[in-house]
Amino acid sequence: MPKFLSDLIASPRFSFYVTGLLFIILFGIGSVSFEGFFSPQVFLNLFIDNAALIIVTVGVTFCILSGGGGIDLSVGAVVSLTCMSLAYLMRETSIGPYTSMFLVLFIGVAIGLINGFFITFFKLQPFIVTLGTMFLCRGLTAMISRDSVPIDNAVYGELAFTSLEIGDCFLSLGACIALIVVVIATIVLRYTSFGRSVYAIGGNEQSARLMGIRVDRVRLLVYVISGVCSALGGIAYSWIMLSGYTLHGLGMEMDAIASSVIGGTQLMGGVGFIPGTLLGVMIQGTILTIISFQGTLSAWWTKIVVGILLCLFIVMQALVTEHKNRLMRLNAEGSAKKAKKAK
Amino acid sequence: MDKLKQFTQSSLMLPLCALAVLLLFNAIFVDDFFTISMMENGNLYGRPIDILYRASSLIILALGMTFVIATGGIDISVGAVVAISAATCCLMLGGDISGVPEHPFIVAIIAALCAGIISGIWNGTLVAKFKIQAMVATLILMTSGRGIAQLLTDGQIITVYYTPFSYIGGNIPGVMVPTAMIIAFLMVCLVVFLDRKTSLGLMIQSVGINPTASRYAGVKVTAVLFAVYIFSGFCAGTAGLIEGSLIRAADANNAGLNMEMDAILAVTLGGTLMVGGRYYIGGTIIGAITIQTLTTTMYAVGVSSDRLPAIKAIVILLIITIQSERFKELYRNWRLKKSKEAANA
Repeated sequence: MPKFLSDLIASPRFSFYVTGLLFIILFGIGSVSFEGFFSPQVFLNLFIDNAALIIVTVGVTFCILSGGGGIDLSVGAVVSLTCMSLAYLMRETSIGPYTSMFLVLFIGVAIGLINGFFITFFKLQPFIVTLGTMFLCRGLTAMISRDSVPIDNAVYGELAFTSLEIGDCFLSLGACIALIVVVIATIVLRYTSFGRSVYAIGGNEQSARLMGIRVDRVRLLVYVISGVCSALGGIAYSWIMLSGYTLHGLGMEMDAIASSVIGGTQLMGGVGFIPGTLLGVMIQGTILTIISFQGTLSAWWTKIVVGILLCLFIVMQALVTEHKNRLMRLNAEGSAKKAKKAK
Repeated sequence: MDKLKQFTQSSLMLPLCALAVLLLFNAIFVDDFFTISMMENGNLYGRPIDILYRASSLIILALGMTFVIATGGIDISVGAVVAISAATCCLMLGGDISGVPEHPFIVAIIAALCAGIISGIWNGTLVAKFKIQAMVATLILMTSGRGIAQLLTDGQIITVYYTPFSYIGGNIPGVMVPTAMIIAFLMVCLVVFLDRKTSLGLMIQSVGINPTASRYAGVKVTAVLFAVYIFSGFCAGTAGLIEGSLIRAADANNAGLNMEMDAILAVTLGGTLMVGGRYYIGGTIIGAITIQTLTTTMYAVGVSSDRLPAIKAIVILLIITIQSERFKELYRNWRLKKSKEAANA
């Protein structure tokens, strides 16, 4: 294998490059096959349609990165609970839209604290705990109302249709927030001590603990971040739906995990890159757009294609890890030989 | 007295207690909870029968899941496999309104079971051969499985008018007990046989505790992993037959929806840890029955199906917290402190 290729595969950003290439290929296929596909607005629509999923996926990525089987299954249910609470607060009480949005963020904080508390204090499996809170939130949503509650607040409706004009095209408020969240998350994970701690405890919890990182506190904070992201995602979701309903965000947790994996996050924890996650969501969005342009294929083809992509990426990751291990072995052997020669 | 102490220390204690509390609640607040009566056509009828009947497919799924979790893995694709299996069976029987099946019934059943086993082989290959983390490996089939089921049925809901098909989810004429219960019972017998009379149970446990050590000890780790995923697929295939037969149709979107979560919960409630190793078949069965009893109880006291998850979540979080090591430690410390205080006084 040429050295250049070997180095490329071993580089930590390799899966990000592959995801990026795949996105360009998919978008290219769409542009060649369908007239009107290759336009800036179609590209921006990917952000607009998937704003909520992007925000939620960022939160889930934090959980997965923190390792120890870290995962957050409650996100879809929190999105639903947030939408319903917003609808209820604005309909049944005199609380204004801005205060409502501020209040519902605390739902995310509360659920994140519950998750984090059970996981760190009682040392329970994140999978089971967040499964529990997922059921809890779905149930609570139904307790507020079993029927769909529309949001007909005028100010809120205006907010939902606020958009940023870029030349001929536009970007909705939700999409802008999603992009801001992605940028903040990338910076936090890359340049703050908290972000580095998340990678550290995901890579090796024992070493992180010995280094003096307060593992439990970081992990608790990670789940709170995921909760807040889901609540924020819920607000973005309500701008598209303008209603609260028990079935909002159904299966979103699995979409988020799949996007994260396609974006190069490893479920073992410690390896992942937020912009890759963004690309993961956009790949799913592109597949959906291609299917809607094509017109005759059903939406469930998305599921099958996403499944195949997941499979490809996971096998690729397994191969890359093996390649890295081999390189490390070779390096170790090489340095051992050098040491012998020096003697 | 020793026997009693041994029992209270055993791992089955907690799941049984939870179930007992639920049943006690029922006995007090729900009228005629324990009556079993005979219907005119000779079928048994009553809430206890109803619970066991509805819990059957969950028990079957949870049995397969127990082995998978015991090896330190997880299979989140079972719900989708249920949908694939139901779709396969209905497709083979065909939606002919006159009730004439396209293929013989037995062929359809075998095809559905094979669909489950093939799904299991796929998961097993990824986990055992490619050494991919179980959750990610089964996530693939979970996302694409329902799509495959849709592909099989061409996006339609195939309704089967062939009468014997409804026997699986209902009653075979002349047999008092629902067929699903009989199937679940047979599966439990099979699993107990595999567990007690063959060395498979021991091998599964050793793989779950330490795969590397097991390999050095001569256990074929790859083969064991492969086997548990195939068995889980087979269980999902069987449950798919029951679920399909219950509504006599292949509903690719809703068949077995969230069942993987319930199965994992049943295993956890039964005392099996998600990290693998020691497993409890008895606990799993009790866990599955507890979940179904909870559901039936809530319906009986008038909680609607969409609000039910909230109560379910609280009960589950409570039970797993009590089971956790940390809670036991806190409880021990508290007891110690109390006895010291008593001694000082």
